[in-house]
Amino acid sequence: MALDNAYIQQQLTSRFGEDFFIFSESYGMLTAEFAKESNLKVLQFLYDEPSLSFRFLTDLCAVHNPDLEGKELSVVYHLHNLSENLRLRLKIYTSIQDPHVFTATRLFSSANWMERETYDFYGVIFTGHPNLKRVLNVDEMDYFPLRKEYPLEDQTRIDKDDEMFGRG
Amino acid sequence: MSRPVRFNINPIPADTREAVSSVEAPDGYSGEGFFATQLSSVVGLARKNSMWPLPFATSCCGIEFMATMASHYDLARFGAERVGFSPRQCDLLMVMGTIAKKMGPVLRQVYLQMAEPRWVIAVGACASSGGIFDSYSVLQGIDQIIPVDVYVPGCPPRPEAILDGFMKIQELVGQESIRRRNSEQYKQLLNSYGIE
Repeated sequence: MALDNAYIQQQLTSRFGEDFFIFSESYGMLTAEFAKESNLKVLQFLYDEPSLSFRFLTDLCAVHNPDLEGKELSVVYHLHNLSENLRLRLKIYTSIQDPHVFTATRLFSSANWMERETYDFYGVIFTGHPNLKRVLNVDEMDYFPLRKEYPLEDQTRIDKDDEMFGRG
Repeated sequence: MSRPVRFNINPIPADTREAVSSVEAPDGYSGEGFFATQLSSVVGLARKNSMWPLPFATSCCGIEFMATMASHYDLARFGAERVGFSPRQCDLLMVMGTIAKKMGPVLRQVYLQMAEPRWVIAVGACASSGGIFDSYSVLQGIDQIIPVDVYVPGCPPRPEAILDGFMKIQELVGQESIRRRNSEQYKQLLNSYGIE
C-alpha cells in the first residue's frame, strides 16, 4: 500500500489519541500540530513504525509569532520518507518566556547544527543538546536577531538619513 | 621532405625607443654626473610603481577584480602584476565584497599581519559602507575595524573604477613622506582602531 496523508493521519491518531493532533494540509503536505512535550515521542514513532519510517530530517526551524499569546515561538520539523518520497511537517509551540524544547539530536544527527541555528536566531533552548551555542552569528551577539522585536537594520549605523528613506 | 630552413638575413632592428615607457624622474638638481633629489620621492617612485596587492575578495566585487587583473584591463600596466596571497609580502590590501561581522576579526588579522608600510583600498559599496546589506550580520564598512586609504564606489564598480582607485592609491604612495609611519598622527590613527 502506498503511503499517503490519510494513512499517516490514521496511524498517528490511533497511536496518540483523537485530540492529540491538529491536522491541516497545504499544497498536499500534511501538517500536524501538537504539544511540545511529546515531540520526541512523535518523532520516534514516525521513525520506528515500519509503514511510516520517516527517517530523514530535512529541515528544522522556528517561527516567531508575537501575536500568539503563550505560543509565540513555534518549532517546525520537516520529515521525509525517502523510500516513499513523502514529506511531513510537524509543528510545536512554546511560549517565549519558557522556550525549552527537547532536542532531536539523539534521533537525527542532522538536528545538531539545525538546532544550534534555531537557537542562534530565535533563542529556542533545546534541552539535552550536546553543544548548544551560536553557529552562524558572532559569539558576542547578545540577542536573537530573527525575533520580531529586533529591527532588521543594523542599529550601529549613523550615516543613514531617515528622510532619504521616506520615514523622516 | 624536410622543411627548408630559412634565415632572416635582413633583420629589421627593433625600435624600442617608443615602446618602452619609463616613469619620469622626480624634481631635483642635476648636473654633470650627479642628480640630487629627496629620498622620499625616490622611495615613493619605487613603491608606487611596484605595488603588491593582496586581494581579499568575498563576493561580486572580487569578480570585477578578476577582470581587472586579466588581460583586457590589465592591472599589470600599473606595476601590480604580482598578486600576493601572503599578507607578509604585500603592501596593498584590496578588500572587495561584503564583510560579515564574523569575518571582521579575520580581516583585521590579515591587516595586522601586513608589514608597514601598508595601504588599504575598500572596493565596492559593501566594503565601504555595508552597501545594501544594512543588516544585523554585516559589518557596516570595513573602516569600523581597519583604516582605509581609498574607497571605490559602485555595486560592483567597473574595472575602470577599480583602476582609478588603484591610481589614487599610487598617488598617495608616491607622495607619502618616509617618516609618516613614525608620526604621532599615524600612531593616533592606529590607536583609534585599537592597534598597537
